Amino acid sequence: MIVRSRIFYFSLLLAVLASLPTFPTLAAIDTYSFPNDEMRDRYNVLIDELRCPQCLNTNLAGSDSMISKDLRREVHRLLLDGQTDDEILDFMYERYGDFILYEPRVKTGTLVLWFGPFGLLLFALVIGWRVSHRRSKPQALTSEEQAQIDRLFDSSNENK
Amino acid sequence: MSEASVPADGNQPKNDLKRVRRVLLIPLGMFFVLITILSMGFRLEDPHLLPSVLIDRPFPEFALTDLHDPERTITVADLKGEVALVNVWATWCPNCLIEHPEFMRIAADEGVPIYGINYNDESGKALRWLERNGDPYRFSLFDNEGKLGIDLGVYGAPETFVIDRNGVIQFKHVGTVTPEIWSLTLKPLIQQLREQS
Repeated sequence: MIVRSRIFYFSLLLAVLASLPTFPTLAAIDTYSFPNDEMRDRYNVLIDELRCPQCLNTNLAGSDSMISKDLRREVHRLLLDGQTDDEILDFMYERYGDFILYEPRVKTGTLVLWFGPFGLLLFALVIGWRVSHRRSKPQALTSEEQAQIDRLFDSSNENK
Repeated sequence: MSEASVPADGNQPKNDLKRVRRVLLIPLGMFFVLITILSMGFRLEDPHLLPSVLIDRPFPEFALTDLHDPERTITVADLKGEVALVNVWATWCPNCLIEHPEFMRIAADEGVPIYGINYNDESGKALRWLERNGDPYRFSLFDNEGKLGIDLGVYGAPETFVIDRNGVIQFKHVGTVTPEIWSLTLKPLIQQLREQS
């Protein structure tokens, strides 16, 4: 019992540790002031969603590169300017393209990316359904086979 | 007795087996298709090179001071009229120093105007840098906050743009402009743009 609860707490710890990297990483600390906490939260979400153009896999929040500093300052400026989150993402998209968004936009080039997995799932479901359907369907006996069974039954009855 | 009396249909299971084997090949085939698609990603260019969104778009509006003359404001109108190079440079950028002799040569020999954007820099340092290494630029815009840089989708230096007479961005080169880049890419493009209209 004790051993089991130890394992339980250990796996709980592992689960917590595994989920840690998904929290917003705030490596760079800027001293931007915001009129309210809501805007500060929006700022933090935006710099978490935007990717540093100079780095291969770091967001603006986690990068100390010059361009990330500039873009964070720009996000701050646009927020104070009264722009919506979508307008700010559009602003970045117009200048830096697909690369800057961690969540790619739905367009012809990204259709496979967005809907490919669903297509594969559908494909798998169809295959799975066909396989299970074929297996569960009892095969009808041919008249010859039926006659054989009848004969067997007859002969076993005779033996009694 | 009963087992022996049932005639085994030899063909049926064999066919099933064959069909099962063929079905097993489908995941393998899909795996290879997937590998082919994914490996194409490796053959793409350097992942550091972002495709520019601004190709075929007009050069963004700006109003910045001349690096040499803080009293003078330069706007996008000053870039129009000729097919030209716009080079983003800075004193903190080692590759800018590497490509600088090539820009000096282009300015002297090729008759192509080169406009500089002094990017995220200090004017004193920048002016000294030009004094030491030569100044190939008709003028250098002083973009010490990187505002024009952001509008241009610049994410490092050096970056070099080719603009046409009307100030439309035609090409962007990220990284050092070497003599090869000039003769194989930039020069033919500039010639082609000059012939148009």
